Amino acid sequence: MELIAASRIRKAQQVAEAADPYTRELTRALAAVASRGDMDHPLLTELEHPRRSAVLLVTSDRGLAGGYSTNVLRAGESVRHYLTVKHHREMDTYITGKKGAAFYEFRDREVTQAWEGFSEAPGYKHAEEISRVLLDAFLTPTEEGGVDEIFLVFTRFVSRVKQVPQIIRLLPLEVVSEEEAAERAESGARMTELHHAPADQENRVETPFDFEPDPEAVLDHLLPLYIGNRVYYALMQAAASELASRQAAMKSATDNASDIIRDLTREANQARQASITQEITEIVGGAAALSESA
Amino acid sequence: MATSTLHVEVVSAERSIWSGEAVNIIARTVDGDIGILPGHSPVVALLQPSAVEIYTPEGNREIVAVDDGFISVAQGRVSILSSFARLGGEIDLAEAEREYLEAKDRLDHETDDVATREQMARARAQVRAAEKFTGKSSAALAV
Repeated sequence: MELIAASRIRKAQQVAEAADPYTRELTRALAAVASRGDMDHPLLTELEHPRRSAVLLVTSDRGLAGGYSTNVLRAGESVRHYLTVKHHREMDTYITGKKGAAFYEFRDREVTQAWEGFSEAPGYKHAEEISRVLLDAFLTPTEEGGVDEIFLVFTRFVSRVKQVPQIIRLLPLEVVSEEEAAERAESGARMTELHHAPADQENRVETPFDFEPDPEAVLDHLLPLYIGNRVYYALMQAAASELASRQAAMKSATDNASDIIRDLTREANQARQASITQEITEIVGGAAALSESA
Repeated sequence: MATSTLHVEVVSAERSIWSGEAVNIIARTVDGDIGILPGHSPVVALLQPSAVEIYTPEGNREIVAVDDGFISVAQGRVSILSSFARLGGEIDLAEAEREYLEAKDRLDHETDDVATREQMARARAQVRAAEKFTGKSSAALAV
């Protein structure tokens, strides 16, 4: 299982890289719209006093992955505490993965919606479905059960030996400054450079774009795509992290099993040796006694 | 800037679908069909679910089925971005037809929601793209 997980990580990484061009083009187009300056949109508008929040927890469908799901759920608990106890907000919970759903079911907590069946190999269609549900919740007025902000709790894949639970705010979208984007890019996240034109494009920002039908409609259309892309990114990071955790867990399981096998083999050999020695001693003793009496 | 070809990238949410040089691109935007030749002024336009045609300098024609998404042109670079973009040659016509008829059926009889309508538009775009690619016309769209 260790080897299976290892080969799947490679695949998950390739899948994640294959999505880079989309993210790049989408970010460029957003930068083009954003360069016009008048970024006024419901998805970007922050409420002063949010009353309801939603959290999407990205967990695994299967176990045998060490503390993978537990770590995400723990991060989820701290978000929950922060939102409901400290800020007295109501909270809706969305979950992907059977493990997270089981955790909430066991505690008899309400889950607004749960998805399962794709934690190891998420496709964009899953991300699209989830982001559609989340966007609907966000755009519904608070009085009618909508939410004012949405957080994502997932695990970021740093390397094969390091995966970090991460909490990001999905909505309202944060307009990230260039410094922040650079900082985040440095910390290993490749795709966080939102609203930040890639370096090779500095002179392009000047280019006056025409927008069809108009800039507002384009922004209106691009932002949901961007949300879908963020969710897809989180799912892919989570998938790679899950596999890496599973590989690590299975590696230590294999190591522990080999240790036990070694110890037990030694014990068995000793016991066998002891019984042989005893038998020889008995035979030799018996023969000596016979020769003395003869 | 006035190069004789355009560099085109077609990407879907999951991967890059096609990239290469082109001399002419015909796409259907929400405002109507748009033809892009080398030297086109910078534009970002929203696409309708349709089949985009890309003509390469060698005289080949590539067909890409797109759903929602946009086409952006700037300084000889063209990006066509669509969540579920697919190359005409990769589409299974029978499957796309079935998907289209299923979605249409559901719209006619049961549910009428955004997701199903988008699914129908996407399937129709794929059928169109496959038609253009093979040169045969599909019976499904006539129904």
